[in-house]
Amino acid sequence: MLALDRVSKTYPNGVQALARFSAEIRQGEIVAIIGGSGCGKSTLLRAVAGLDRASSGTVTLDNEAISSPHAKIGIIFQEPRLLPWLSVADNIGFGLADLPAAERREKVARALERVGLAEKAQAWPRELSGGQAQRVAIARALVPQPEVLLLDEPFSALDAFTRRDLQDHLLDLWADTRPTLILVTHDVDEAVVLADRVLVMRPRPGRLFDQIEINLGRPRDRNSPLFENFKRSVLASLDRSLDRSVPDRDATQGPGQAMWW
Amino acid sequence: MISDAPVLQQASEPAENVAAPSRLSRYARPLLGILLPLTLALGWELVVWLGWSNGRLVPPPSRIFATIAELARSGELVRHITATLWRVALGFAFGVVAGTLLGAISGYWSLARRLLDPTVQALRAIPSLAWVPLFILWLGIFETSKVALIAVGVFFPVYLGVMGAILSVDRKIVEVGRTFRLSGPAMIRRILLPAVLPAYVVSLRVGLGLGWMFVVAAELIGASEGLGYLLLDGQQLGKPAQILAAIVIFAILGKLTDWLIEVAAAPFLRWQDVFVRAKGA
Ligand SMILES: Nc1ncnc2c1ncn2[C@@H]1O[C@H](COP(=O)(O)OP(=O)(O)O)[C@@H](O)[C@H]1O
Ligand SMILES: [Mg+2]
Repeated sequence: MLALDRVSKTYPNGVQALARFSAEIRQGEIVAIIGGSGCGKSTLLRAVAGLDRASSGTVTLDNEAISSPHAKIGIIFQEPRLLPWLSVADNIGFGLADLPAAERREKVARALERVGLAEKAQAWPRELSGGQAQRVAIARALVPQPEVLLLDEPFSALDAFTRRDLQDHLLDLWADTRPTLILVTHDVDEAVVLADRVLVMRPRPGRLFDQIEINLGRPRDRNSPLFENFKRSVLASLDRSLDRSVPDRDATQGPGQAMWW
Repeated sequence: MISDAPVLQQASEPAENVAAPSRLSRYARPLLGILLPLTLALGWELVVWLGWSNGRLVPPPSRIFATIAELARSGELVRHITATLWRVALGFAFGVVAGTLLGAISGYWSLARRLLDPTVQALRAIPSLAWVPLFILWLGIFETSKVALIAVGVFFPVYLGVMGAILSVDRKIVEVGRTFRLSGPAMIRRILLPAVLPAYVVSLRVGLGLGWMFVVAAELIGASEGLGYLLLDGQQLGKPAQILAAIVIFAILGKLTDWLIEVAAAPFLRWQDVFVRAKGA
């Protein structure tokens, strides 16, 4: 289980990006974090990834405190961030340097197959489309089999069609090993189609505002009335989160009270 | 770039026409560049041959090549070329090693940069030839002072190139290394080195160009052999053909050594050859 306990972050320039964010995320759960721009979503994800340290509060994975990048935690950024001097196959195998070459090759080949880019194995990253590059980034993050995969607006730079395609693809890949997914997004549709639970954040300082369970089976039909209902409730919550007259419901709760509903 | 054009044409034209335009341009473009100097050289040759000029101050190409052939026959040419090449090679080697080391240190550790960089930048502002008298006093008029001067010329572009390249490595890509928990050495080997390589190659080529510039200066100041000595000797004895012969050989050697660096680096830079290919087309 991944536990966030009153995680706060104040940047050196005085901006309080995150205030007492608490949440508990079960192994294998898919959580979407949604909120307006600048409400601390990336800050939160970077703290969980161990890329930046929280000013106070703790992130623990299976009772192990996270303060630097961890083998069990992978991250996918908004940009693919492929290494331009490595072939697609070598990019995917980047995190497997410790494995024997044969085993690495085999895992990479399987991952390439899995993301449908087998024929691009020897291509350079610059020869890929945006969607293909992001698929390589997903494969690179998944191939070391992390227990937790963090995604920071991974599809927001893609066109609507490619985005849907990759959302389905991500679910497909997730089903293989069922890692915990924490997905930052500003796309309500994306949150509802992917997540078991949506966390709504509110800005200045960034904090948890609301949680919405998405009790929908998979695969989800984007056109069903139930789907629309969930979208509406997430949207409504987002609207309220931006309305300053609405008080925080649970800004100061401890981890024990996180399940307030 | 090359690959785009034929694909576009394929839709409308028969296949055999497809490769023709790109192949033509691939050979025609370098030839275009040679056209002007070739015409001038042949024109001048003709002018002298017709007796419209005696060609004493500006000898025609045939006389320059005769001079080169003459020098080659007597073994002089090899001796001078060897001397000059050896000086450039040594100076280049020292300059590159020092520039790479200090540049890497300054790029990697900001404390070292604060300590080191202002001094290096101040030294850089001194025209390098101003060192000549001092080098001669310190190191004598023989090889050491010449090599030192060349090394100084090579040092600055390499230092600046390496430092700048390290400073401009994309933080986002370094973060990829961090998420995969690379150790310090692994980070350098797997992320930093490949990332700075293109800029490094450029700085090596700039450094080499300066090395060739400074070898001339060093040899003009006092030498008993070397291409620079041929220049000086030609001036003092009034032999313009010998001066031009030395200049031609400088040009050839400069281009050749530059090309060697390019060729040696090419396999490591294939990943970014969009640019190289576009340039070659
Ligand atoms: N490195 C930084 N230094 C200072 N302030 C930052 C830094 N990164 C983000 N911020 C600020 O923190 C707040 C939250 O940023 P971020 O987590 O990137 O938001 P989001 O990802 O939700 O758009 C913003 O006000 C932003 O300006
Ligand atoms: Mg963000």
